[in-house]
Amino acid sequence: MRVLAAMSGGVDSAVAAALAVEAGHDVVGVHMALSRDRDQFRTGSRGCCSIEDAGDARRAADVLGIPYYVWDLSERFEDTVVADFLAEYEAGRTPNPCVRCNEHIKFEALLDKATALGFDAVATGHYAQIVTRESTAPDGGVRAVRELHRSPNDAKDQSYVLAVAGPERLARAMFPLGGFATKDEVRAEAARRGLSVSAKPDSYDICFVADGDTRGFLRDRLGSRPGEVVDVEGQVVGEHDGAYAFTVGQRRGLALGRPAADGKARYVVDVRPATNTIVVGPAELLSVDRIAGEKALWFDDVLPGPAGAGAVAPDADGWFDAEVQVRAHGAAVPARVRAAGSTDLEVALTAGPLRGVAAGQSLVVYRGTRVLGQATVARSWRAR
Amino acid sequence: MTVTTSPEPDGAYLDHAATTPMSAAALAAFVAEAQRTGNASSLHSAGRASRRAVEEARETVAHALGARPSEVIFTSGGTEADNLAIKGIFWGRRAQDTRRTRVLVSAVEHHAVLDPAFWLAGHAGAEIVLLPVDGEGRLDLDALRAELAAHGDETALISVMWANNEVGTIQPVREVVRAARHYGIPVHTDAVQAVGQVEVDFTASGVDAMTISGHKLGGPTGVGALLARRDLALDAVLHGGGQERGVRSGTLDTASIAAFGVATRHAVDCLPKRAARLTALRDDLVARVREADPQAVLRGADPASGDRLPGNAHFTFPGAEGDSLLYLLDSAGVQASTGSACQAGVPQPSHVLLAMGVPEAEARGALRFTLGATSTPADVDRLVAALPQVVTRARAAGLVSGRALGSAS
Repeated sequence: MRVLAAMSGGVDSAVAAALAVEAGHDVVGVHMALSRDRDQFRTGSRGCCSIEDAGDARRAADVLGIPYYVWDLSERFEDTVVADFLAEYEAGRTPNPCVRCNEHIKFEALLDKATALGFDAVATGHYAQIVTRESTAPDGGVRAVRELHRSPNDAKDQSYVLAVAGPERLARAMFPLGGFATKDEVRAEAARRGLSVSAKPDSYDICFVADGDTRGFLRDRLGSRPGEVVDVEGQVVGEHDGAYAFTVGQRRGLALGRPAADGKARYVVDVRPATNTIVVGPAELLSVDRIAGEKALWFDDVLPGPAGAGAVAPDADGWFDAEVQVRAHGAAVPARVRAAGSTDLEVALTAGPLRGVAAGQSLVVYRGTRVLGQATVARSWRAR
Repeated sequence: MTVTTSPEPDGAYLDHAATTPMSAAALAAFVAEAQRTGNASSLHSAGRASRRAVEEARETVAHALGARPSEVIFTSGGTEADNLAIKGIFWGRRAQDTRRTRVLVSAVEHHAVLDPAFWLAGHAGAEIVLLPVDGEGRLDLDALRAELAAHGDETALISVMWANNEVGTIQPVREVVRAARHYGIPVHTDAVQAVGQVEVDFTASGVDAMTISGHKLGGPTGVGALLARRDLALDAVLHGGGQERGVRSGTLDTASIAAFGVATRHAVDCLPKRAARLTALRDDLVARVREADPQAVLRGADPASGDRLPGNAHFTFPGAEGDSLLYLLDSAGVQASTGSACQAGVPQPSHVLLAMGVPEAEARGALRFTLGATSTPADVDRLVAALPQVVTRARAAGLVSGRALGSAS
């Protein structure tokens, strides 16, 4: 196959490209330039988008003996990932830019361009597994079904941020690191091949927030918008520089003038962009057991349909048992889930409430290691 | 389409404006000198042997380009020579006359001229004037004359390239010299692309300084020269041991300089025959590219006008992005260039095309094919065979990326 290896300059994507080469594919390395102003992005070894990273990716491609190109996706990145990031915070929600990047950049802009240029697949250094299985429909027809599964590396598993790509796009994706149980193994593979990035530190945080200061980035881009912090009774208890910089569940950075009457810690329990108000309250108010999701997508052969019974067996009201994960680094928790219409879903947590489920975050539905579907959190509340 | 993951020895190399293969004679000269020990500044016999090789090369280069040997300042290449010219002449002329702070450069200069000019603006109080060009990339002489009429006495330097590296347009350097002379303004020209492609005579051109480069004419990389008149006020950029008239310190690279001399003489000796051959080959390339893709637009001067480098063909392909074209051609064994500078590997819309009035979306679809000594009809055949599918695919990619909006559909 002709495979485009997306090469960030990090160790994961370098080893993924190496494995694609060794599997016998015709591989071309592509580094995505996501900002015209390279200084905007973090430099040094922390990030994934600096000039040094582009150089590291080029060097890895040299060692692997594959062609290397830089594709300028900076406009698309600004128009989709960064614009969404700003708009979501402005709307009082908590975006996940890595999810949006997978949705709009890696598995849309990059994948579509690669496909148009004649590539069969895009290989990335993500930790997740694509399992292909044959499925027999009621009419006897057999087809290949793509399932997305968690990586055996619990700490690194990225199925949560990949689910948004959906089954059709992931059919053209390749995750050569899917079977690796630890990052150390990946580093060892890199060292064995003489890839100089083998000891490069992992990247964290948001690549386009140069210094890790999300609030500062938002203030620069959205401007200062002073407003009031109120408690649940509506009493003004403080001021802020812009409601957009706060996220539900946040405790730090509130700078409240008066302590709570009961002396307990207070958290952001609501962000109201219309009035530029932050509402703070006790931790109990953050606990929710009902979640409504929007922009839902389901993987193949999950819900019952023309192709067969599906992996889940919903009851008369459409509910089925699954697990849901609502944060990139959170655990999946047991839940009843049902599809609501063609674009929404509903979740009822069955093993107790969760704290700080922020609107805008991704919600991924699992059964065991398998991704069943995903949505964006629209609302969450306490039913009992 | 076949994809190759290793360089193809039989690929079509259509990027002679980027660099040229070293000629056998230049390579032999390089190896012979590299095997010897000797610092050309040393006074003992080893040093004298090295000095002799350098001075022979100096005479060779001077003779080939209509200069005197004392006018040849060897440098590490074209970029260094351009930096020396822009900074050194600016400092020298302003020291003579402090009113002279303006630097006039054409808008289509190479970055090796533009960037030092803008550096002077940021660090030395220079005022940069970008001289406009017409739709073919040719300097607007009326604009230059108007600028000089208004500010001639405040101008320290004019730099206009002999021929453009992207679109191959030959500039009216003699007219520039004529206009500048009246105001006592030194003129520099970057002739890196011109030597070996068209006749270049330093003295006859009337310019005060001229940049040339080794690897663009069959010599090694890492060597070039600034030809500079002896009466030109030229400050040093590199300070040290005082080599090269004290203007360019640093131990001379005898092997590279010897090879550079051989390559320059060879390029100039072969010029009449080669230019005729490359012109015919280029005209064939242009006609067949247009046939393969009727939407392709030739940029730069009309080849029939004679104002274009014989080895240069430059097109924009509406609806396609240059980097897609480049990748697909490379996969098919054809090596070309988008022609414009990259920033961290990211192709930028060419400042040359933008200065010519080409819209940004169309400028993204640029591809440059440049022929040289080793080019053959088979190279053109290979390009033309690959091109239709390459352009079709690149346009499909342009559609999904939604950026190359210059489609003529």
